[in-house]
Amino acid sequence: MTLSVNDVKRIADLACIETSESEAQATLGQLADIFKLIETMQVVDTSSVEPMSHAQDVVQRLREDKITESDQRDLYQSVAPQTEAGLYLVPKVIE
Amino acid sequence: MFNASLKQLSTQLAERKISSVELTKEFLQRIKTLNAEYNAFITVNEALSLAQAQNADQIIAAGQANKLTGIPIAQKDIFCAKDWLTTCGSKMLSNFVSPYDAGVIERFNQIGAVNIGKTNMDEFAMGSSNETSFYGPVRNPWDVAAVPGGSSGGSASAVAARLAPAATGTDTGGSIRQPAALCGISGIKPTYGLVSRYGMIAFASSLDQGGPMAKSAEDLALMLGVMTGFDARDSTSLQRDSEDYTRDLEKPLSGLRIGLPKEYFAKGMSKDVECAVEQALDEYRKLGAEMVEVSLPNSQLSIPVYYVLAPAEASSNLSRFDGVRYGHRAKSYDDLNDMYRKSRAEGFGAEVKRRILIGTYVLSHGYYDAYYIKAQKVRRLITQDFVDAFKQCDIMMGPTSPTVAFNIGEKSSDPIQMYLSDIYTSAASLAGLPGMSVPIGFGDKNRPVGLHIIGNYFKEAQMLNVAHQYQLVTDWHQRLPTGID
Amino acid sequence: MQWEIVIGIETHAQLTTQSKIFSGSSIAYGAKPNTQANTVDLALPGVLPVLNKGAVERAIKLGLSVGAKINSPSIFARKNYFYPDLPKGYQISQYELPIVEGGCIKIQTGETEKTIHLTRAHLEEDAGKSLHEDFQGMSGIDLNRAGTPLLEIVTEPDMRSSTEAVVYAKTLHSLVRWIGICDGNMQEGSFRCDANVSVRPKGSETLGTRCEIKNLNSFRFLEKAIDFEARRQIEILEDGGSIRQETRLYDANKDETRSMRSKEDANDYRYFPDPDLLPLEIAESWVNQLNDALPELPEARRSRYMTDFGLSAYDATVLTSAREIAEYFENTLERLPGQAKLCANWIMGEISGRLNKDDTEITACPISPTQLAALLSRISDGTISGKAAKIVFESMWNGELDQNADAIIEAKGLKQISDDGAIEKMVDEVLAANAQQVADYRNGKEKAFNSLVGQVMKATKGKANPMQVNEILKKKLQT
Ligand SMILES: [Mg+2]
Ligand SMILES: [Zn+2]
Repeated sequence: MTLSVNDVKRIADLACIETSESEAQATLGQLADIFKLIETMQVVDTSSVEPMSHAQDVVQRLREDKITESDQRDLYQSVAPQTEAGLYLVPKVIE
Repeated sequence: MFNASLKQLSTQLAERKISSVELTKEFLQRIKTLNAEYNAFITVNEALSLAQAQNADQIIAAGQANKLTGIPIAQKDIFCAKDWLTTCGSKMLSNFVSPYDAGVIERFNQIGAVNIGKTNMDEFAMGSSNETSFYGPVRNPWDVAAVPGGSSGGSASAVAARLAPAATGTDTGGSIRQPAALCGISGIKPTYGLVSRYGMIAFASSLDQGGPMAKSAEDLALMLGVMTGFDARDSTSLQRDSEDYTRDLEKPLSGLRIGLPKEYFAKGMSKDVECAVEQALDEYRKLGAEMVEVSLPNSQLSIPVYYVLAPAEASSNLSRFDGVRYGHRAKSYDDLNDMYRKSRAEGFGAEVKRRILIGTYVLSHGYYDAYYIKAQKVRRLITQDFVDAFKQCDIMMGPTSPTVAFNIGEKSSDPIQMYLSDIYTSAASLAGLPGMSVPIGFGDKNRPVGLHIIGNYFKEAQMLNVAHQYQLVTDWHQRLPTGID
Repeated sequence: MQWEIVIGIETHAQLTTQSKIFSGSSIAYGAKPNTQANTVDLALPGVLPVLNKGAVERAIKLGLSVGAKINSPSIFARKNYFYPDLPKGYQISQYELPIVEGGCIKIQTGETEKTIHLTRAHLEEDAGKSLHEDFQGMSGIDLNRAGTPLLEIVTEPDMRSSTEAVVYAKTLHSLVRWIGICDGNMQEGSFRCDANVSVRPKGSETLGTRCEIKNLNSFRFLEKAIDFEARRQIEILEDGGSIRQETRLYDANKDETRSMRSKEDANDYRYFPDPDLLPLEIAESWVNQLNDALPELPEARRSRYMTDFGLSAYDATVLTSAREIAEYFENTLERLPGQAKLCANWIMGEISGRLNKDDTEITACPISPTQLAALLSRISDGTISGKAAKIVFESMWNGELDQNADAIIEAKGLKQISDDGAIEKMVDEVLAANAQQVADYRNGKEKAFNSLVGQVMKATKGKANPMQVNEILKKKLQT
C-alpha cells in the first residue's frame, strides 16, 4: 500500500480537520511508517477466523421504554459556545 | 500521613485521629507545593474538595463510613465530574465544566471519598509518555527529566510523589500499567466490563477500561471494590455479583503456576528490565510458585492490530467534538464546514489528529476489509492464544514496559517508538483480560521497573493476592523518590 | 420509445415509544427546543447508548406482520458524517444484519393485487432539526428529535408507477398504524418516504441509474415527485444524455426535484459495528409472544371480507385501510347480520364523507356502530326509505334525540307506508286520474310506468315503499 498526499487530504476532509499542504506532507511520512507497521499483520492467515468486535462474548441488554429524563437545558447549554432562544447556534446550514 | 496506606488512613479517620478535612488540606498543601514540579494535576479545586471532605466527616461521625470515606482520591481528567473542569488533556475541552458525573465518580461520591483534583493525561488518553497533553508534560517523580508514562501519567506521578493516596486511571492499551511501571507504583486494569465507562470520555470503546493506581496491591484491592460494579447506563457493563477484592490477599502462593510467555522474554526487553524481572520471578519461586513456559504466538501483532482498532474507534468517538454544543470553537471561520475544520484542527493536538486520520483511513471505502476486519480477526487469534495459554497456567508474568522511563522529548517525534512502549500490555487489552503492574526494582538511571501480571478473566482477586504476597516480602513499593518526604 | 419507471421506496417510520431509542428522554412532539435532549442525545463527552426494548419490540412486530425473517443477532453500526443536527458525528443505525430481513406487502390497485418485496427494515436514531430563521445569519439547532427511534423499511425496486408507489406507501402506512408501531402522522414527520426512481426502456431487464428523492412527507408529494423525476430522466435519456446517481429534493412549491449538494453522494460513511452496543439477540420465545399478540392483519381481514361477506376487493380494501374503520365496520355488521354490503356502503359513503368534511377520524365519529346499525336496520326492514335514512343520519350526526334513529324517524314522520291496502288505494287513485299514461304504457311506452310511480310517490309525499309501489302498479296495469 502506498499512501499519497491526496489520500491524506481526503481523509482529513472526511475527518473534518483542516490540514495545510505542509501538514499533509509531514503527516504522510508518519502515516507511511505507521502503516508499514500495521501491514505486518497481513502475514497471518485469518481466512477461517470470525472478526472480534467486543472484548466479551455478551449480548445487548435492553432498557425498559420509560422516560427517565427531565429538562436540564440551562445546565447543558451552560457549556455551549453559542445559543439563543434555547437553540444551539451554528453558521448557516445550507440544504 | 501522606505516605500512609489506604487502610491506615481509613483507620485514622474511623478513630477520629484525623478528620477528612485535615487530611484533604494536607494533600492540597502538598499539591500546592509540589505540583509545579510534576505537573500531575490539571485542575485543583479546593472549595469542591473541602466541601466533600466536610460531608465525609459527617458521614464518619454518623458511623456510616465505608473504607474509603473521607480519603482524597485523584481522578484522571478523563472522568466527567459535575462542576469540575474536565479536559481530557485537550484544548478541545479546556472550557468544559462537566454538567454530570461519570459512573466511577458517582461511586466515589456515594461512599464519601474526596476528589482531590483532576490529573494530567495524554490528550484523549492517546500517548505513552504524557507529552501529548495540552497542559504540558508530566514529570516523573523519580527523575524529572523522565516521562511518567501515559496516558495516566498524571495519576501515576501524583501517587508516586504522594500528592494523593491513590488515583484512578484508564487503560486502553497499557495506559494504567505502563505509567504505573515507569513511576514505581501499582496499577490494575480490570477485566473489560467491570468498571463503568459511563462518563469516562471514550478513546476506543471496545478497549477502554478504568482502574485504580496506588502504592500497593492492598490499596488497589480497596479501590477496585469501589470502582467496579454494574452500571445500566453502559451497555458493555457486566452484571456480576460484587466482589471483595481483598478476600484472597493473604493466600499463600505455593503451587501457583506462573506462565511465562516465551515471546515476551525473547527480545525487545532492555537488559536492566530483564534483570529486574528475573529477580522478581526468583522471589516468586521462593514463595512456592512454579514457572511454566507458555506461548502467545500472535502477540507480536498486538501493536499493529491495536493501531488499527483503537484509532478506528477513536476517529468516530471524537467526531462529537465539533464546536457546536460544548468545547472549543474556532474564533473565525467562513462557513459551517470551515467552523468544523478549524475548530477540530485547533482543538486537537498532533497525536490525536494523527490517530483520527489513521482511524478514518482504515474505515474508509476500499480499506475496511483489509485493515479493520483483518485486525478484528487477528484480535480473535490473539485472544485465543491467551485462552490456550491459560490452560497451562494460573497467571502470566512478564515485563510491563520494554524499558524504564525514557527522557522527556526522547521519543516524542517518533510515533512508532512511542507506540512500541505498549508492546507487552496491548495484547491483554485486545483480549479484554485484566492486567496489572507492580514495582520490582530499579533499572538504568535508578528508574523504576514494573512487573506485568496478566490474569484470566475476572481473576482480579487472585492477581492482587499474587502481587500482595510479593509486596509482603519486598519493599520496592515502599521506596520513595528522592525529595519526597 | 416506451419507458418503464422503476421505483423502490425507503420509509422512515417513527416508532410509538415513550422514550428515545438510546436514552430516557421523551419523544413527545412539540416541546420547547432542546428541553427533551439529555446528555446522551447531546452527545456529551463520555455518554453511552442503551437500547430501548420498546423500539426492538416494534421492529419485531413489523417483521412478523410482513412475514420477514427476524435476525438474531442483529448488529448496530455507526454511520459517520458531520452535520450539526447529528450530535455524535455519527448516526447509530444498522448496516450488516438488520433486525428485519425480507418479507413482503401485498398492494391492491383497483381490483389488481401485486406483491411488493421488502429488502429489510432496520432500527436507527433520528437526527435533530436545523432551523433556518435568521439568528444573525446563523442557524439554530434543536436536538429534541435527535435519538427518536425510527424503523427504516426498504423495498425492492418492485413498483412501476407513481400510483403503485402511493398505494404501497398507503398500505404500509395503514399497516404500521394497524399494528400500533407508528402513529403515521405525516405532518409531524412520523412517516416519511424516500423514493428511488429510475427509468428503462420497456422490456429491458437491467436497471437504469437511480436517483433518490428524499423526505417526501405526503402521498401527494410522493406521487408528484416520482412523476416529475421520471419525466426528467426520460427527457435526459431521450436527448441522448445520461443520468447521474444522486440524491434529490422535491420542491413542492415548484413541483420539481433538484439535486442536493453532490458532496452528500461523495460521502464515505465508514460504517462499522458500534463498539458501545453489543449484538442484539432476540429470544424465540419473545418473537412467539409478540406473534401471538399480533392482531389479525389487514391483508387477512381483507380476504376474509371478500370470502365471508362477499364484498368486492375495492370495498374490502377500503374497509381495511385502517384498523379503526375495520373495527367500526365489524361492530356495525355484528348488529346487522347478513347486511355487509349495506354496512359497507354507508361506512364508505355517508360516514367517511362526513368524517372527511369535518376533518375527523372514525374514532371520533359521533354515531356509534350500534346507532348506525339501528338506523340501517330500519332501511332493511322497510320502515324508511334510503332517502329518508339520509335525513335521519344527518340528524343523528348533529346529535339530535340522542342519536336514536327510531325516535328521529318518529319525530320527523319519515316512516314509509308499507301497508298494501293504503298503497293500493293510492295507486287506484293515480291510475284513475292518469288514463292517458295508462294507455301509453299499455301501448308499450315503458317510460309511462316511471311517471306513474312518480305520481304515486308524490301522492304519498315520498313515504310509500317504492318496491311495493312498483309491484302493485305492475299488477294493476296487467289486469
Ligand atoms: Mg436510507
Ligand atoms: Zn435512515
